[in-house]
Amino acid sequence: MATRFSSEQKRTMGLLTAPFTYAILLLAVPLLAIVLFSFWTQDFMEVNTTFTLDNYREIAEKPIYFSLLQRSLFVSFCVTLVTVVLAYPVAYFVSFKVQPSRKSLWLFLITIPFWTSYLIRVFLWKVILGYNGVINSGLINLGIIEEPLTFILYNVNAVIITLAHAFAPFAILPIFVALEKIDRSLLEASQDLGESKLMTFLRVTLPLSMPGLVAAVLIVFIPTIGDYVTPELMGGAGGKLIANMIQVQFLQLNNAPLGAALAIVAMLSVTAISLFFVFLNRRWLRGRS
Amino acid sequence: MKLRVYAIAYLIFLYAPIFLLPLFAFNQGTIIAFPLSGFTTEWFGELAKTKALHAAVQNSLFIALMTAVFSTLLGMCAARAGAMANFPGKRGIMGFVMLPLVLPEIIVAVSLLVILRQVLGVNLSNWTIIAAHVLICTPFCIAILNGAFQNLDPAMEEAALDLGESRWSAFRLVTLPLVMPGIISSMLIAFTISLDEFIIAFFLTGTNPTMPVYIWGLLRFPASLPVVMALGTLLVALSIILLTIAEILRRRGIAKAGGTDKGGFL
Repeated sequence: MATRFSSEQKRTMGLLTAPFTYAILLLAVPLLAIVLFSFWTQDFMEVNTTFTLDNYREIAEKPIYFSLLQRSLFVSFCVTLVTVVLAYPVAYFVSFKVQPSRKSLWLFLITIPFWTSYLIRVFLWKVILGYNGVINSGLINLGIIEEPLTFILYNVNAVIITLAHAFAPFAILPIFVALEKIDRSLLEASQDLGESKLMTFLRVTLPLSMPGLVAAVLIVFIPTIGDYVTPELMGGAGGKLIANMIQVQFLQLNNAPLGAALAIVAMLSVTAISLFFVFLNRRWLRGRS
Repeated sequence: MKLRVYAIAYLIFLYAPIFLLPLFAFNQGTIIAFPLSGFTTEWFGELAKTKALHAAVQNSLFIALMTAVFSTLLGMCAARAGAMANFPGKRGIMGFVMLPLVLPEIIVAVSLLVILRQVLGVNLSNWTIIAAHVLICTPFCIAILNGAFQNLDPAMEEAALDLGESRWSAFRLVTLPLVMPGIISSMLIAFTISLDEFIIAFFLTGTNPTMPVYIWGLLRFPASLPVVMALGTLLVALSIILLTIAEILRRRGIAKAGGTDKGGFL
């Protein structure tokens, strides 16, 4: 066995041992633990370790969980759509129109807001969208509206706007990387062969940037399901999401097994949708060629 | 041209909340809404007097520092391995280590909470948060350090080996100085992420809250909001300074290793 690998290969493995072991111990093992937990039940203060599907049965039977999950997936879907559609032109602009020496600066400016005070940023959206907020007082002063708009705070819309803002850089970067990899001579070739600029974009640039687009979709869609801060602050009574329920089960109702089952159901739903999306995308790309 | 206008409008959208922060931090009114009502530095003075906040800041700084050190060390191992020989399964291992990047944070939080509290019976403390933060920061560190390690010419270290240095001293004397800017950049990013992280910290915090957990508590009390704005202004200023240094060092690191900048932290 040992002689199958060269000495450099062995050193590579040696180096990877530390990060890999860490990820096994703090990611794989805990994930297995919640899977196991989801089949147990909470018996007052003790955890009953008899195997049961009760938690999953409860999730399936009580409509609240299903509607929360449905709303969460809807919010994640909208956030993904909004972020990716708004981000694509920016990524395109930075990759194709900005001088190479200024590209890093643009990317840096785009990523900065992403790293700063998440909680306070979410809270400030409340200030922007609120009853006396920036948008409402601005529009009233301009005489466009007379009464403050109320559909933009304490509901699902507010959650979507805030999350779309929070995840914007996450969508731009993978698309940018994919656009950068496109061989520019292909675009010239397409135009030399008589395609218009729009057709060149649709038939060359867009398909070639598809891996970045897919990465952007996944990197926004999957994590948004796990955010409970934005729905808590912005969602009001009708804008709570599945992550709020998971948080409540763990930290307030002290029902870790049910919380674990909810976390797994949420995780499996996003994974299934993501896989389906990747599958559709593959078929579309294959159908074209 | 139209695209440029759009891109600039987009940047304004990204920065809109941050622009508001100093407005309210220096605003006399106690309600966070327009119109503004005069200039004051009272809220910053309030910050200096709040003992509970100081304790939270200290906790967060300690956690962020430890996270920066450990996640950068793990990131260095992975990034260096990434630039070395392939073996079957290497891509899978790398992918697994990068997984926390796309995993919803609440999943990481609850799974760690279950294993620490219910299985191992560990008391929650700063160290439980550090353990989780190292996990989620390592992928970012790897992404930054990849830039530094991948552009490195292996011939330089080989030359040192041929001249009789041991493997470790060849690394220390030749490679380490070349990747140093990348290392510092990676530490700064991990530090910033950890300092700001709330979702996981809220689950794993012990009796002493971290700064974001403390801020979360304040957000429920309207009276404390101006102070939160003042604190937020300081934090944003600090993050921008740290990130700017990180970016300058990251670029310098890539230039030093002889590569071209492909831009971006990811």
